[in-house]
Formats: sequence, C-alpha cells, structure tokens
Amino acid sequence: MSNYETLEYDVLVIGAGGAGLRAAIEASAAGVRVGLICKSLLGKAHTVMAEGGMAAALANVDDRDNWKVHFADTMRGGQYVNNWRMAELHAKEAPDRVRELEAWGAVFDRTADGKILQRNFGGHRYPRLAHVGDRTGLELIRTLQDQGIHQGIEVHMEHTIVRLLRDDARILGAFGYDRERGRFKVFKSKALVLATGGIGRAYKITSNSWEYTGDGQSLAYHAGAELIDMEFVQFHPTGMIWPPSVMGILVTEGVRGEGGVLQNNKGERFMFAGIPDAYKSQTADNPEEGWRYTQGDKEARRPPELLTRDHVARCIVDEVKAGRGSPHGGVFLDIAWIKERIPNAAEHIRKKLPSMYHQFMQLANLDITKEPMEVGPTTHYVMGGVRVDAETQMSNVPGLFAAGEVAAGLHGANRLGGNSLSDLLVFGKRAGEFAAKFSRNSKAGAVDDAQIEDAAREALEPFESATNSRADTEGPYQVQHDLQEMMQDLVGIVRREEEMFRALEGLTKLQARARNVVVYGHREYNPGWHTALDLKHLLTVSEAITRAAIERKESRGGHFRHDFPSRDSSEGRMNVVLSKAEDGSMRIRREQIPAMPEHLKQVIDEMK
Amino acid sequence: MKTALFRIWRGDANGGDFAEYTTEISEGMVVLDAVHAIQARQANDLACRWNCKAGKCGSCSAEINGMPKLMCMTRMDAISGDQPITIEPMRAFPVIRDLATDVSWNFRVKKKIKKFRPRKPDNPDGTWRVAQADIDRVQEFRKCIECFLCQDVCHVLRDHQKHNEFIGPRYLVFTAALEMHPLDTEERLEDLKQGGGIGYCNITKCCTKVCPENITITDNAIIPLKERVVDEFYDPLGKLLKLIRPKT
Repeated sequence: MSNYETLEYDVLVIGAGGAGLRAAIEASAAGVRVGLICKSLLGKAHTVMAEGGMAAALANVDDRDNWKVHFADTMRGGQYVNNWRMAELHAKEAPDRVRELEAWGAVFDRTADGKILQRNFGGHRYPRLAHVGDRTGLELIRTLQDQGIHQGIEVHMEHTIVRLLRDDARILGAFGYDRERGRFKVFKSKALVLATGGIGRAYKITSNSWEYTGDGQSLAYHAGAELIDMEFVQFHPTGMIWPPSVMGILVTEGVRGEGGVLQNNKGERFMFAGIPDAYKSQTADNPEEGWRYTQGDKEARRPPELLTRDHVARCIVDEVKAGRGSPHGGVFLDIAWIKERIPNAAEHIRKKLPSMYHQFMQLANLDITKEPMEVGPTTHYVMGGVRVDAETQMSNVPGLFAAGEVAAGLHGANRLGGNSLSDLLVFGKRAGEFAAKFSRNSKAGAVDDAQIEDAAREALEPFESATNSRADTEGPYQVQHDLQEMMQDLVGIVRREEEMFRALEGLTKLQARARNVVVYGHREYNPGWHTALDLKHLLTVSEAITRAAIERKESRGGHFRHDFPSRDSSEGRMNVVLSKAEDGSMRIRREQIPAMPEHLKQVIDEMK
Repeated sequence: MKTALFRIWRGDANGGDFAEYTTEISEGMVVLDAVHAIQARQANDLACRWNCKAGKCGSCSAEINGMPKLMCMTRMDAISGDQPITIEPMRAFPVIRDLATDVSWNFRVKKKIKKFRPRKPDNPDGTWRVAQADIDRVQEFRKCIECFLCQDVCHVLRDHQKHNEFIGPRYLVFTAALEMHPLDTEERLEDLKQGGGIGYCNITKCCTKVCPENITITDNAIIPLKERVVDEFYDPLGKLLKLIRPKT
C-alpha cells in the first residue's frame, strides 16, 4: 500500500494561470468547496508572460467595433474550423470579463477620456486589446490571484498531477504529489477543471516555460477524453534569436501594433508581397497607409505586419530560406524608425513597450529605440486540445472540464493575438460555473484503490530503475532534449509526410527510452524526477500532434504542409479527433464541423 | 570554449555546503542557463525554481556572489570571470532544498491585507472614468513580479527576523498600490501602523536597489505611506483639527 494523503473537494481546478484562477473564483463564488493546484508558486503561471493585451470589443477607441466584428475576425483568423458557438460566446462575453477585472482592481492603460485603452493587433479589424503597457498578463494574473485568495479557495502550490481518477461513468479526482517533499496526494472531487495550458516544451525553440509539457491534454486523453485540432500549433513570428541563450523568448506583437516593421537584409518590407486574398481588402498596400493605421487613422487599413501569425511566421521562414535573412537566421523588426515620424520617439517606445526595452537591453545589449531587433518564429501556442462543449466546457468524460489553452475549439487553425487572455476569462468563468453546477448534482464517488496504487507505482518507476541500474540507462534530460530537437526538425512550421512518419518512428524509440530513464536522489524537490514524469505527457502530446498533422492533408492556419501547400475547401472543414483505444493505441478519425446557423453566417457575410 | 567555475549551495533545512561545478559559457549566457546546464549534465537533482526565463515571473531569485538577483536576468559577462561564482538561496527565508526556499510567509502576509474596494461605478454600465495621470504611480507598483528579492535584502526581515511584526517592502508596495488607487475606498492606515510595522523601515533603500523591475520602492511607495500614517496618528495639530471638524 502506498502512503498518501486524501483531500476532498467539490471542484478541483488543475492549473492556476488565468483560466484556472478564473474558474476557481467562479466555482467558489457559487458556494462549493474548491481546490486549486499549481505546478509553480501562485502567480507564476505562464499567463504572466502574456504581453500585448486581451481582445474585447469594448469599442472604446473605435466605436465601429462590436461582437460581430470580433466574431468574424476570430473565424477568419481560425480559417473557419473554429467551434463557431465558442467564437460567438467569446466575442459576446469578453467585454464583461474585462470590465469585471477592472472592478477587481486591474489598472489598464487609459484613453484620453478616461476609458480602458485598446490597441491594434494582428487580425483584429479595430483597436481591440485592453492592455497595460506590454505586461498585460501580469496584470491579469495578479488581479485574479488577489481576488481569489480572499474567496476561501484552497491553493496547493508546487503540486503536480500525474493521473486523473475515474470510474466507468465519470471523473472522480486526481492523483499527484507535492514537489517540495514528494509526498503522494489523492484529490477526490466531484468535478474537475483542467486549466494546464499548452505544449510548447515539446519543441526546442519555444516561448513557453518548463511547465508547458502538455499535462492537461495528456491527462485528459489517458482518462478517455477526446482531443481535437492537435495539428494546429502556433509558431509566433517574433521570438528573440540572439544571443543563443534567449532563443525563443517572445517579442510581443505589440511592437508591430505600435508601428514596428519587418525587414529583410536588403532593407525591404517583405510583408507587402503576397498578402492573402482573404485579407487583401483590409490590408494597406503602401507603408504610408500602414503607418497611419497604427497611429489611429480610422480611414487607413492595417499594415501587412499585422496579418495573422501563421502567415507572418511563414513569410519570415521564406525570407530566411531565400537568403535574405538577418545574420543569425531571422529577420529585422524595427521600431526605432518611428523617430522619423514622431517627436520623443525613444521615450514613447519605452512607455509603450517597457518590458521589450528592458528585455533587449538586459539580455541582448540592444537598445530597441535605436536599433532593429533580430527575430524569428518560436513555438508559442497550441490551438488544439481537449474537445469541450461550447456552453459548459465539459469534455466527453462527465465531470471533466477544460478551459484556456488546454481546451480546443475557439481558435480553429490559428489564434489571433489577444484572443488568448480573453479566452481564459470567458471560458474559465464558464468552466467554473458549470463545474460547480455539476458537482452540486453529483455524489462523491468511491475511488478504486487499484488505480491509485498503479499511479503511485508508475510515478516511482524512475527511482526503481536506478536501484537495478544497467549500463545503458540515461537521465530524463537527454530524452527530453532529443524529443524537442526531433519535433522541431520533423513536425515544425513546414511539414512533410515522409518526415512526420520518421517522427512517429522516433517517438516509438523515445517512448522506450523514457520508460527506462533513471533518477537519482530523493523525492524532495528533485527536478530530475519531475522531468522524468513530465516526459510521459510530452510524448503523448507529441504523438497527438504528429498523427493529427499527418491526417490533415492540406495547409490551413498553423498547419503548413509542404506536400499539400493549399487549403482544401471541400475536405478541410473537419476536426481531426484523437482518442485512446482499448488496446492503448491512439485512435484517429475525422469529423465534419457542423454548419453554422443562419444568423452567424449572415455576420460572416456582412463582415467580408 | 570558455568555462566558468560555480560554487552552488546544496543542502536542506538540516544544513548543507557549497558544491563546485565547472560548465561551458557561451555568448549572452545568463546564470540560469549555467544552472540548467549543470542540472542537465552533472546534477539532475539540483533544486531551483524558474519559469519564464525573461524577468517576468520572479521565480528564479537567488543570491549571486552575495547579491540578491534574478538568475535569468544576470548575464555571465556582467560577472567577473576570474573568481568562482557563488549561488546561494535567498537567506531571509527557510531553505527547502538547494536554491529553493520556503517563501510561503509572503503569501500569508498578502492574505491579511484588505483587498481592493472600489467606489460605486461612475457609469450605468458599471465602468469608471480614470485619467492616465492618476494611475501612473499605481502602475509602477503593479509592475512587481513578486520575486521577493526586496524581502530578502531587507535587514528588518533578514537580520532581525521581524516576520511577525513587519510585512516587508513587497507588501508596503502592494498596500501603496491599493491606497493610491483612485477608485479604492478601503482604509488600511491602522493596519499599516499595527500589523504592518511600517515604522520598522528606516529607509536604507536596499529594497529599491535590488528591485529587478526598478520600482522606486522607498521613495514612491514607503515614504508616502509613512507620511500618511504620521498624518493620521501622530500629528497633534491634525488631531485637534479632526476633533473640531470630524470626518465627513
């Protein structure tokens, strides 16, 4: 028998970024007992790194904005494989969620008449992102954190969940350990909300922190939930590329929103070439008009630098491949040039983009008010994840909910910048609300001891391997490193079938190696052990991405196939659905996306 | 390739000592990169916290050559290469293991500070009008990433261990952000004087010096709060005036 402590909740929330905190706040406000689990300390989750802002059609800066425009922008950006009902709810509810944050103490930047200021971002027709300089994520997570701690939520910091517990009918809780002491814990709960974020650590170059190992997607999958859209991984066009140690760190799209331009080594603004047809009517065809747009001219159309992230990232890859890249294999992003246009440009840049200024000054010895930055694509976000019901955020496993990046549907094939923070709020709230409701209508279930024993045994395997260690054993870091290299090379921005089949073979080998990794030392705060346990999740999501990417034989949004370079409008409007088969293998099937109802079709037509 | 010698504190609550590691140094590397390299190749079980690696989350606080710093924002080329580089956990908090310390006290302190209580909305749609000029100061305080380096360096906590009587610079900044918020209506001066122990701060400004977000903690947050406390509780003339003209 393993030793473990048992805790009981009505609703257990796993993950304490924006979505998890918002869900926990909502559930506890509904009067149920809520437990909140975070892998790190409270307030350190990945949300803290979000920079640009949260998209909501408040219409504070441009009164032509409303939910319909936001909805149409989101669908266009996602290339129409979004869950349209989620996109509708999101566009309608985001403004209230932002205002609510202000009532909880968030301090947004202001317009001249004292309203919440909104900025331009890629793919959004009007200035739509409520923001605080370029540290909006910090403002969001801190506001939720400071609200949440007064609501009686029980927070378990530095805890990791390794398995979800269930019976034949529904979810019953989760099994995990505290990182500090390595003690096992069983969290029984009537409803469970996954809010664990993304999968960036499956790749070598990423803007994501160590926490982003696909835990939620993998936990849900192994518990019987379906995953969709896993082939859609967003490579953010502008990550830092030099010096090597900072490779992948995000450079906010806000730089382009404030007038920053992309240039190749010939000094050309290459984004003006090849503007996609769907965006031609909305995009400036000369630099002058683009500049006017960034300065708030309502008659002007947006510059091509503010096209969607998938497109911009591919254009950068093409420039580099054509030999027109910057010295370290990226392109130039120049905000310093605006000094030709406005007085006190340096001060203006420091005010609007303080953490970018700070980040480049300190990490790259580069003053962005004087010189262009070197940037290149970085793995940033996964549009796919747990398939959920649009209204309730519940998965196909009763009692198992998911919100935020771990859930799929809202963003379709490509997420617009700024739609993530609003996603966290809108669907975090919904998940909390409906999880609380679900828990009210459920009785606590009996967790089968065998499941717990099995999870405990599996968690301790890396130590067992150490005691009967053979010569050919290795630590977890090397396996993780090799996985990241392989995914970057074979299932990255530009994909080919033959390479992805090689990736599947590689994954089989890596899975075997992961089963044999050894960990030395104790269970107390042992990052080697933690990394070994994360490997299972990383391998599961890597397999999901690869299989889904092979299945989608077209290019759409974040998924670009070299062998199928265009969009397949007849076959493409489907979801690739993944689930765990009886024999443990990954089952894959296609499912048509239901047709949009008439009133939403009309909205799309109006906004063309 | 260039190498550097590190002396990293290894141990737990029962004690420990420095262990030496040599690792390769490449261009632009920060101390956290070196720690990661050591963790990956030489000491898989070396405990340290980190998340964003971009100075935004405040997880990787440590003492580098005796100075409280974020490991992710400390470049190797900014440290003299001739001497071994020492890395220790924050000393104002109990150690858990290696570079990870028990900072839970901070979270408990925050819970005791009265939360934001806004005035009634200005508009029927539940919104307020606020001028940017009125929130510049508050936004400075809200840049805080809760790395707790200011708590670590504060002698009231570090040397005198007044954790029960003094909330430390982080929570004075936090209180200042609430008190100076144009919409807030809560009253916190009594708490600052009593449980907050604001009188303990003798404005040596060490906290301001170590703040990775460059928040002018002492001048902009603590001193104005001290002035408010003095006005409220220690000003005889003010007291008299209040007696004559009670608060409306």
